Amino acid sequence: MLLRHTPSGISVRKALTVNPAKTCQPIGAMYAALGLHNCMPHSHGSQGCCAYHRSSLTRHYNDPIMATTSSFSEGSSVFGGQANLLEAFTNIFTLYNPDIIAVNTTCLSEVIGDDLVQIIKKAYEEKKIPEGKVVIHANTPSFTGSHITGYANMATAMVKYFAKNTGKRNGKITLIPSFIEPSDMTEIKHIASEMGIKYIMFPDTSDVVNSPLDGHFRMYPKGGCPKEQVTASGDSNAVIALGRLGAMPAARLLDTQCKVPVHVVDLPIGITATDNLVDTLRKIAGVAVPESLRKERGQLVDILCDMNQYTYGKKVSLLGDPDILLSMVQFCKDAGMEVLHVLTGTPPGKVKLEDRVRELYGDKVVVKAGLQCDMFMFHQLVQENRPDLIMGNTYCKYICRDMDIPLLRIGYPIYDRIGQSYIPITGYRGGMHLLLKILSIFMDRQDRDAEEENVELIM
Amino acid sequence: MENYQLPISGEQFREEVSEVYSPKLGKKRKRQIIVNKVEEGDSVPEILANTRTAPGIISMRGCAYAGCKGVVLGPTRDILQITHGPIGCGFYSWLTRRNKTRPTTPEAENYMQYAMSTDLQEDEIVFGGEKKLMAAIDEAVALFHPRAIGIFATCPVGLIGDDVHAVARAAEEKYPGTNIFGFSCEGYKGVSQSAGHHIANNKVFTDVVGQIDKPKDGKFRLNILGEYNIGGDAFEIERIAELCGLTLHSTFSGNSIYDEFASSHTADLNVVMCHRSINYLAEMMELKYGIPWFKVNLVGAEATSKSFRKIAAFFNDSELTKRTEEVIETEMEIVRKVRDEIRPRCEGKTAILFVGGSRAHHYQDLLREIGVVTIAAGYEFAHRDDYEGRKVLPSIVVDADSRNIEELTVTPDETRFRPRISEEEKSTREAAGFAFSDYRGMMPEMPVGTLVIDDCNHYELEKLIEYYHPDLVCAGIKEKYIVQKQGIPMKQLHSYDYMGPFAGFRGAVNFYREIDRLLNCNAFKFAKAPWDESPELTATYGFVADQ
Repeated sequence: MLLRHTPSGISVRKALTVNPAKTCQPIGAMYAALGLHNCMPHSHGSQGCCAYHRSSLTRHYNDPIMATTSSFSEGSSVFGGQANLLEAFTNIFTLYNPDIIAVNTTCLSEVIGDDLVQIIKKAYEEKKIPEGKVVIHANTPSFTGSHITGYANMATAMVKYFAKNTGKRNGKITLIPSFIEPSDMTEIKHIASEMGIKYIMFPDTSDVVNSPLDGHFRMYPKGGCPKEQVTASGDSNAVIALGRLGAMPAARLLDTQCKVPVHVVDLPIGITATDNLVDTLRKIAGVAVPESLRKERGQLVDILCDMNQYTYGKKVSLLGDPDILLSMVQFCKDAGMEVLHVLTGTPPGKVKLEDRVRELYGDKVVVKAGLQCDMFMFHQLVQENRPDLIMGNTYCKYICRDMDIPLLRIGYPIYDRIGQSYIPITGYRGGMHLLLKILSIFMDRQDRDAEEENVELIM
Repeated sequence: MENYQLPISGEQFREEVSEVYSPKLGKKRKRQIIVNKVEEGDSVPEILANTRTAPGIISMRGCAYAGCKGVVLGPTRDILQITHGPIGCGFYSWLTRRNKTRPTTPEAENYMQYAMSTDLQEDEIVFGGEKKLMAAIDEAVALFHPRAIGIFATCPVGLIGDDVHAVARAAEEKYPGTNIFGFSCEGYKGVSQSAGHHIANNKVFTDVVGQIDKPKDGKFRLNILGEYNIGGDAFEIERIAELCGLTLHSTFSGNSIYDEFASSHTADLNVVMCHRSINYLAEMMELKYGIPWFKVNLVGAEATSKSFRKIAAFFNDSELTKRTEEVIETEMEIVRKVRDEIRPRCEGKTAILFVGGSRAHHYQDLLREIGVVTIAAGYEFAHRDDYEGRKVLPSIVVDADSRNIEELTVTPDETRFRPRISEEEKSTREAAGFAFSDYRGMMPEMPVGTLVIDDCNHYELEKLIEYYHPDLVCAGIKEKYIVQKQGIPMKQLHSYDYMGPFAGFRGAVNFYREIDRLLNCNAFKFAKAPWDESPELTATYGFVADQ
């Protein structure tokens, strides 16, 4: 047993986190910044932060993750990081020539109180930032929130720095996704395109962190939202936040700053949530749902009905980030599965994850969110009430192995399987992919575990 | 050492690459990019190392916390490790270094799968986190009853003034059965992981080594320092040691337990694998307990043979020497067979290596065994002695960044200092060519004319590839896909790409086969599509384009 020291029962803890179900803000900010075209994410802190974030994102995406750091020394930690940041700007523009540098802070630079607004202003004054280039920043202290908060903060910074209202609407809809895979972003764009809707999406990491191998390394791959588009989002007719925790703050700011009406939907994972997005888009844009999407939906519903017996009544425990969790819980409901546990280390804030889950599953479901809600607690919960399937990130594999429960890898990080950056779980096509994966897991188990006389040829 | 003629001279590379930097940085980089030269007495050019990376430069380096918690202490399975700080650091160092471990029983303590953190929140940053750390220790003791607890400080902890050592002392009084110690390994200390290694060495030396005075049974008892059991390297080394009849008392720190560390001062010899990360401990154990040390290299079949021969020679026992020779003979028979099969397919290929504080050196031996030439190499976090050899130690200038890392003053232990060989005996052996407390460094073993680059950054790596088109690049995860997008195979020498072992004899065989696969597999040949080879269209079906 790899997790042999986890006792049974639920251990009450107030100080010690064991096997976290979240990570820190800056990595989310770095990921969001990769969703701008020609942008270099910059970590204002010690070298280690940047090295850890790049390594983690690289292991998840199996793609180059380029980012720079202020390389704080003990001196800069005492006297402030301004000199380091100014020197960094010069080196970055000279060597790597991005259009944008997106700076995120770290616990270190937050504790010493570096004033990023002032430092960036000084950099412009001292001509450290070449003509036509820009620097944006987000405050991402690691001691509040989680990687999802950091992602939301950097997405919000994009609005703050770029979005402008010229007084003339451009007939576009702005789509702001929460922390999801590039493939999922592509799928959401596909839905808007099929409906004939002109859109702006940011952050958009598609074609950045899932780039092809063609004999060339590109520091800035062809994807990412151009900053002009973010600027133009201030003139868009509406903004849709996809996911409350990761996307709503940026969408809200677009409303406050540029008077763009906000709509908030869950991440379009599964039928109900995708239906909701399509319906929202239809109403805002005043368009009919095209035949192509009706077909995609119909195919997903077809599989759901045909194979319902294999998912109905199956028990599931989920661990991950609130926005994805909420839609996944809805999808479990769509497929007739019973959700036993929902756990996240990310503080839920005003999202009311628990209320939404209870709307679907009543009082029986266990919902845990925030401090000390970690994988150690999750392990104790599933030991008390064993599910048929666990949905969560790679680190869940140790629990799954010890307990012989199958794992559907979902969320961040996934270090031990590939595909998530190419094949979506959002939209109807993503729903089909997700459902097929779940079906394979249950049906493989049935084939493996059935009594000899009960092995079915046709399923 | 032989010469190697680079197609574009190293001098030209250095000049052209340095041009892009500011004059000040360019001048500094020129002192870190060296064209190798080896003269009488292993004399090599001076290289600038262990110096700050310029802000904004995409470096391969990490931080002191990574060096302390991630590298040195991480592989030990029964020291419960609590990261004191916000959640990130504990999360990223959770199992990512692939340190394998093999508990002796299904019930034995093994915390490898557990990442523990105080997950500091804003309030604690403002009002101090010591109380929460103490409460976390209380909870950890109640849940796990560990033998020992290590506390690792992250950046903000140092700045808000939390004293991890004071908390450790108070906790130890409360829990006398548990050895509790703290590491001030805030990420901003020093210039790289290296500072963390030193901090780890110091604390392990003062608080762990020497706690248990019970030696292991065996005639030839030694410790291996600086072997972290990535991919099972230490398992392979343990296997060979056992075949030879050696008693491996403890490994710092692959596949290790607290009790072995605590009693390691009872062994008679320390051999050092990764010189950079652990030479401090070897030095201090010699001064305090009289245990001699020398450098070994257990990466590469020839190097492994040589190292085990040296160990046998140290113990100077005919039976041990005979057994060692027998083991080498048997093992090398298998190694030679695979090597002879693979070598013709790899002969003359070129590699560049940027990794670690020893691996960029050690792996050159392995590559050489199958005919692959290393044309450029460097370390992420090494010091001058790792490049030029320990002979330069007296001339290394200690700068402000290094001065902040405590240098312990060590004196012989009043009761336990016992020189394992007399000064006289040592001198006699040294005169006969047996080197103690020595490391020759990487440069004397690299071909003349090749490039040695300290703290090679992304820009320079790109330029190396552009200038020299190496057949293979070896570095870490951050570099991996940058290289592979270009259709060049890349081997991770931190994580081994989730393979291994690569140390010892079986490891050598694994590595030959892996390099053979990388250099000769079909996959990378698809990087270019057929139409990329001849992009001009012929006119035969020109009408199609007209439509």
